[in-house]
Amino acid sequence: MTKILKKSNTKAEEINKFSKIKPLLSQNEAVIEASRCLFCHDAPCINACPTSIDIPMFIRQIITKNIKGSAKTILTQNILGKACGQVCPTEVLCEGACVYNEMNEKPIDIGRLQAFATDHVIKNNIRLFTKGKPTGKKVAVVGGGPAGLSCAHELTRLGHEVVVYEANSSAGGLNTYGVAPYKYTNKDSQEEVKYISEIGFEIKANNRLDTKKLSELEKKYDAIFLAVGLGKSNKLNISGENLKGVYGAAEFIHELREKEQKITVGKNIIVIGAGNTAIDAAVETSKLNADVTVVYRRTEKEQRAYFFEVDLAKQNGIKFMYLTTPLEIIGKEKVEALKCIKNKLIEKNGSKPEIEPIKGSEFIIPCEMIIAAVGQEKMTDFYKEISNLKIDNGKIVVNKDFQTSNPQYFAGGDCVNGGKEVVNAVSHGRDAARGIDKFLKG
Amino acid sequence: MANLESDFAGIKSPNPFWLASAPPTNTGYQVMNAFKAGWGGAVWKTLGQPIVNVSSRYGALAYKNNKMMGLNNIELITDRSLEINLQEMKEVKEKFPHHALIASMMFETKEEWHDCIKRCEDIGVDGFELNYGCPHGMCERGMGSAVGQNPDVCEKITSWVTEKATKPVIVKLTPNITDITKPALAAQRGGASAVSLINTINSVTGINLDTMEPNPSVAGLSTHGGYCGPAVKPIALNMVSELTKHPDFKLPISGIGGVETWQDAVEFFLMGASTVQVCTAVMHYGFKIVTDLTEGTNEYLDSHNMKSIADLRGIVANKLKKWEELDLNYKVIAHIDPEKCIGCQLCYIACEDGAHQSIALVPGNRIPVIKEDHCVGCNLCSLVCPVENCISMVKIETGKPKLLWKDHPKNPSKQASKV
Ligand SMILES: Cc1cc2nc3c(=O)[nH]c(=O)nc-3n(C[C@H](O)[C@H](O)[C@H](O)COP(=O)(O)OP(=O)(O)OC[C@H]3O[C@@H](n4cnc5c(N)ncnc54)[C@H](O)[C@@H]3O)c2cc1C
Ligand SMILES: Cc1cc2nc3c(=O)[nH]c(=O)nc-3n(C[C@H](O)[C@H](O)[C@H](O)COP(=O)(O)O)c2cc1C
Ligand code: SF4
Repeated sequence: MTKILKKSNTKAEEINKFSKIKPLLSQNEAVIEASRCLFCHDAPCINACPTSIDIPMFIRQIITKNIKGSAKTILTQNILGKACGQVCPTEVLCEGACVYNEMNEKPIDIGRLQAFATDHVIKNNIRLFTKGKPTGKKVAVVGGGPAGLSCAHELTRLGHEVVVYEANSSAGGLNTYGVAPYKYTNKDSQEEVKYISEIGFEIKANNRLDTKKLSELEKKYDAIFLAVGLGKSNKLNISGENLKGVYGAAEFIHELREKEQKITVGKNIIVIGAGNTAIDAAVETSKLNADVTVVYRRTEKEQRAYFFEVDLAKQNGIKFMYLTTPLEIIGKEKVEALKCIKNKLIEKNGSKPEIEPIKGSEFIIPCEMIIAAVGQEKMTDFYKEISNLKIDNGKIVVNKDFQTSNPQYFAGGDCVNGGKEVVNAVSHGRDAARGIDKFLKG
Repeated sequence: MANLESDFAGIKSPNPFWLASAPPTNTGYQVMNAFKAGWGGAVWKTLGQPIVNVSSRYGALAYKNNKMMGLNNIELITDRSLEINLQEMKEVKEKFPHHALIASMMFETKEEWHDCIKRCEDIGVDGFELNYGCPHGMCERGMGSAVGQNPDVCEKITSWVTEKATKPVIVKLTPNITDITKPALAAQRGGASAVSLINTINSVTGINLDTMEPNPSVAGLSTHGGYCGPAVKPIALNMVSELTKHPDFKLPISGIGGVETWQDAVEFFLMGASTVQVCTAVMHYGFKIVTDLTEGTNEYLDSHNMKSIADLRGIVANKLKKWEELDLNYKVIAHIDPEKCIGCQLCYIACEDGAHQSIALVPGNRIPVIKEDHCVGCNLCSLVCPVENCISMVKIETGKPKLLWKDHPKNPSKQASKV
């Protein structure tokens, strides 16, 4: 073969380090992939999807080129179906459940098929849902992330008047300011938010609600849905944390997303923690040409990041330093190094092994930047101001209708589950809308 | 949104998608689940004198990854008692009064036909379908396709039924015949209100090469069965078109044979059917597929600014002509889109070895080139190309007027008349 034909869907877009790792499928690719689907009965993929999308059905509709119908099948269950198609950890959700895995065959590329079908209706602004018959009831949604948007959309379909209050200058929540840009871009997120809100609810951006505003809302609205997500990044609680060059992962990624990756970072970067956010921060900075080391107290076995995320990090040349605890950040004004100590794990009859520092094993890694990715705070200060709101471990407590202990308030998403995936937030939002509807009509 | 409600020879249903008389309509349980899933009507598994079935019963033609592009069966009519069937049909009708419930029947004597018609009408069926189609088991007993293949018998038995029935009578035709219009016109003369076609086609799906037994094997032996599924659609579409075009044939048509997607259904409508019936696709994928049938059809109607199936019905049938009526000066040639080409060269080898040697390879380039002055416009390359819209057939302006065979210089009779 003398001439190699290399075709790519990203032809139109400029290929760069932040190009999509799961690019959109063309119709041709989508139909070929869809044709592999067996149309299982009581399909395991449906059960594995937190929003229970009828996956075999939407795939069948792609085969019959009923792309609009396919998108409707998806969006009826999950109005953020496009984002989910691109950001969901499908390897552990739908695709992980595909029966093809049982015969060591590649599972159906469900996420990308989902993104393909939903992109069609978003790009062409094909409207699938309409505002319900007005009920005369008003609902305020606090937070315009996946949970808030999903709830607002469903409430609007049910005929309620909805206003979404969003602190940031644009909505989308972590789809806009959190998830990795090689999964979902600002433009993707903004287009999706616009498409969703055009059913007929208002988004008031740049509107961070405080106690005063909240008590006004209580008078104006029949119900309030809290979808505020999580708070700031947790501190490391070691000395030197206030030096220049030390970032919390959530704040760093927020800035990166806001500036669309047009930021400069240090040459040597240490990311502390080994959850999915840590991996994201590591991969993103390595794509900005940094040498990145992930430092984690325990071992590969205990790290919370998904195996495929760790693989991605390794492909990007990121080094992992396990059994290492940071002790102190060294530097005058700016970070210069991180002092660490080596650990060993002590097994204690079945329970999680305990960390024991190895005396005298301290060492220093020079670096210009440190990103702390050791979890996020909960918005407890904000919750305190709401009367009678029951909180457990920083998470808002709700019943099966997503109603809180203060009957006017409902809640869902990360602020209820403590931080899971976009798809879980969408599912909460949708079901909470039905709970609110029941409450308002009740 | 278009209106999919259907009135077929007086039988009303919420949509024109019916289950064909076959295993999916064996029981009330199944039919009720089907109606819940969105099917508009059901033709009950053929009622008749008690029979017994063999085991095994089905064979399939697999093609590449598709396990069942053709299905064949050696099953007979219902193996349940008439009483039980009628009891369940009654329940279905009570729970789903607005869905179409049609009793399929196959009997020998006039008395048996009359008795069953009365009992079915008593429980409120919406119509009858006469099974003149079954190509195995029943015809040996003088029923099924033995009736459908003999227009006189077909007419006689139809008239037995229509003299008694007060509800519409559909005659289901067998495709195992040379000229489908003959039994269809016989049914019309016999007073039928509609026809449905096709029933299954005589077939043997294959042989198990390990055991050297034909499929499906019943203790090492088999019998010819009835073929259906996606593979039979082209045959069914042709037969439907023949009826639509026949000047003397006036009855509405229920199209059957290989309907699986909304595209299949729309094709049957365009060819002249008013409803479609489905068996194999449901046996393969379950009742759920009706969602896509209704939605896709609706979408198609909307996108063509059409209000109902009636706007589609038959508008393509009249575009099927005799070969002699086609323009011999119309010319297309293949065009390969180099942007889309993936370099598989399937078109090249197909044309080189199997057609007209009109595609060339250029050294150093995987993308083949059409020899435009050689290409006869047969379509083969565009059919084998795996990439959608990569090879298109482009119309060439010949500047010549329409030319029919009767006027063609190579026509021997024309040359003869010249002399
Ligand atoms: C770095 C990172 C990467 C991630 N990657 C993925 C991924 O690849 N795939 C995946 O499925 N999930 C991922 N997640 C998780 C996912 O983003 C969240 O589970 C999901 O966004 C939660 O949705 P939410 O609506 O509950 O909260 P959020 O998305 O956090 O939205 C909350 C919104 O509320 C607003 N808000 C907060 N307080 C107020 C207030 N007082 N007044 C007004 N507005 C307020 C915020 O500005 C924000 O827009 C990631 C998370 C992080 C942090
Ligand atoms: C297993 C099986 C049993 C069938 N039994 C009957 C029957 O009892 N009566 C009848 O009229 N047609 C019967 N048919 C034919 C179907 O109703 C239908 O005409 C045929 O299968 C073509 O449609 P399809 O391609 O959608 O399957 C049967 C078909 C199959 C596969
Ligand atoms: S489908 Fe399988 S399980 Fe069901 S009756 Fe047939 S052979 Fe038995």
